[in-house]
Amino acid sequence: MSAAPEAPAAARVRVLGRARRLGRETALCLLLSALAVLFALLVIGSGDYPMGPGKVVNVILGGGEGLDSTIVFQWRAPRAVAALAFGAALGVAGAVFQSLTRNPLGSPDIIGFSTGAYTGALLALTLVGGSFLATSLGALAGGLLTALAVYFLAWRRGSHGFRLILVGIGISAMLAALNQWLVLRAEIEVAMAAAVWGAGTLNGVGWPVLVPALIAIVPILGLVLAGGTTLNMLELGDDTATALGIRVEPARLTMVVLAVLLTAATTAVAGPIAFVALVAPQLAKRLNRAAGMRLAPAACMGALLLVASDLVAQRLFAPVQLPVGVVTVSIGGVYLIWLLAREGRAANRI
Amino acid sequence: MASPTPAAVNPENTQASTDKAASGCSTTTMGPLLPAKIPGALAHRSGLLLCFALLLALLALFSLAVGSKHIEFPVVLDALLNPNDSADHAIIRDSRLPRAVLGVLAGSALGIAGALVQSMTRNALAEPGILGVNAGASLAIVIAVGTFGINGFNGYVWFAFGGAVLATGAVYLVGMAGARSNDPVRLVLAGVALGAVLSGIGTALALVHPSAFDQLRAWTIGSLEGRSADVLAPLGIAVLVGVVLAAFTGRSLNALALGDDTALALGYKVGRARVLILLAVTVLAGAATAAVGAISFLGLMAPHLARRFSGPDARWMLAYTAVLAPIILLLADVLGRVVIPGELEAGVVCAFVGAPVLILLARRKKPVAV
Repeated sequence: MSAAPEAPAAARVRVLGRARRLGRETALCLLLSALAVLFALLVIGSGDYPMGPGKVVNVILGGGEGLDSTIVFQWRAPRAVAALAFGAALGVAGAVFQSLTRNPLGSPDIIGFSTGAYTGALLALTLVGGSFLATSLGALAGGLLTALAVYFLAWRRGSHGFRLILVGIGISAMLAALNQWLVLRAEIEVAMAAAVWGAGTLNGVGWPVLVPALIAIVPILGLVLAGGTTLNMLELGDDTATALGIRVEPARLTMVVLAVLLTAATTAVAGPIAFVALVAPQLAKRLNRAAGMRLAPAACMGALLLVASDLVAQRLFAPVQLPVGVVTVSIGGVYLIWLLAREGRAANRI
Repeated sequence: MASPTPAAVNPENTQASTDKAASGCSTTTMGPLLPAKIPGALAHRSGLLLCFALLLALLALFSLAVGSKHIEFPVVLDALLNPNDSADHAIIRDSRLPRAVLGVLAGSALGIAGALVQSMTRNALAEPGILGVNAGASLAIVIAVGTFGINGFNGYVWFAFGGAVLATGAVYLVGMAGARSNDPVRLVLAGVALGAVLSGIGTALALVHPSAFDQLRAWTIGSLEGRSADVLAPLGIAVLVGVVLAAFTGRSLNALALGDDTALALGYKVGRARVLILLAVTVLAGAATAAVGAISFLGLMAPHLARRFSGPDARWMLAYTAVLAPIILLLADVLGRVVIPGELEAGVVCAFVGAPVLILLARRKKPVAV
């Protein structure tokens, strides 16, 4: 392309095409973010003391009385902020893994993080008794140790993507079996509490646990989003990426570590929320229609998915609060099924 | 090319290539469609297969002797050949023999189902549970226990089978609907999506019904213990049907591995082959999962191990999987019985036996993809 001068018309079409694609992506991100914020306002407004979105905005802008402002800022805002941030983090982490493994089943789960975190939390719950802090620390330690073990077991003169996946599946299978064994041997109440945590839940998230997670998530999100171009080059294959000037191994390792850290910060606070990392990138990709994996739409889609799911989890069987992970799998799954079915119909018409 | 984002330069091409890559990590080193015509290769392959079959038979025999009460080998043989009413013979006839047969049947079924799914979707990460079998079965169990108050394995085993079959049927409808029906990625995604929805509903219901949660956690883990001998006949029929279907599709599997277009060009009926394979997977995985629980990891790793010995020919790979998978399951069951009698389920040990093998395989020099 750079060798032969292009016809002006062809060049114009090319530039226009790229501009249109970026325009579509920007519009998509804006739309998804707007919806996510709207749902966040609804989450803040819902509960035993309901408030309309207008009132919530008014309180957030500083127009609230003592009780209103306590309810909004101290009780409900942490949960909404957590849903937005965690959803974005999980969406991006999933996109990174699907891009690196070039497999739509890729997610941070494949290197065993979530399963290891569940093991850590289960051990904390069954052995130590399981305060919030102990569970979080157990999950963090379990997840990180597992991810490290998988990475080193898969290392053999370079981290071949396929080998990483197979080793991850092996380790996850062992830990999952251990988890099931622990759940089966535990008292039924402990087992059910563990199952709620294992599904992923935002119940009881407050500022003291959320702030440290946010301090980790926000800068990492920025770093990963900045590395989106590198990721798209890695998608072209190791040889092509090297030819384009990417140092493949360090670049891949950096992206994996950042994605795992995003998952870690989320899981420590909310448990391994299922399916957001898997489905948000696929949904975003299908709506965006871009080649390759794009990170920003995946982030926005993840945030929207989690915050919308949290609203349902709170309200569906109120006052019984479902773990949000149970809802994310349902909503994400139904939406993915609908998209797939629509694709099938569209292909039929052509 | 000057552009910093090469992906943007030619969206059409890149899309196609990433999609192809996404359909599996399988940069296949497929052999020729027909098995290599090297003299002796056939003898070597069938000889090795025979050895594994012998190993399986020995292991099954061994599993009859091992348990909370050790029974001498001569007595075991006697019980098989000239049964009488002694206590040892009764233990073997009523409890250990059905258990060994269950292990062989369920192991084969899960292994073959896994091999078929991996070949059909061209995805080395696919397992029998990916088409919604596990999620469908567990939701059905939760409904059976939570709503209808059914208790115990014999009560819910048919619910589990029905749930698995319904779920796979639904996955097929979503994944194969429309003209692009032959895209295996769509099938995998449909399975993941539907499986997620079903398991989400199942978990929510189980959290509301503690009794259902209690039964579900016992079933999920996967075990050969406490299964009634009544399930053996239906399971045997299911395995027979599945094996016949799989045998019919063996040649098409080799062609499918080359990609749908090539298979079509070679004159294979791709759509029909997929339906037959899916039917076989449904029957095999559904019956085995209902009978022993969600041990889908066995279906994932056994084909990887089998491919080590069989080479790329799908028919040999299926035959090896059918023998190797029950070896792993029986070994797991025996180990569990020896280490902590009655407290260590076969599903747990299976993961601890199979996973290191999978990791060792992955660390070998050339990872063999589907």
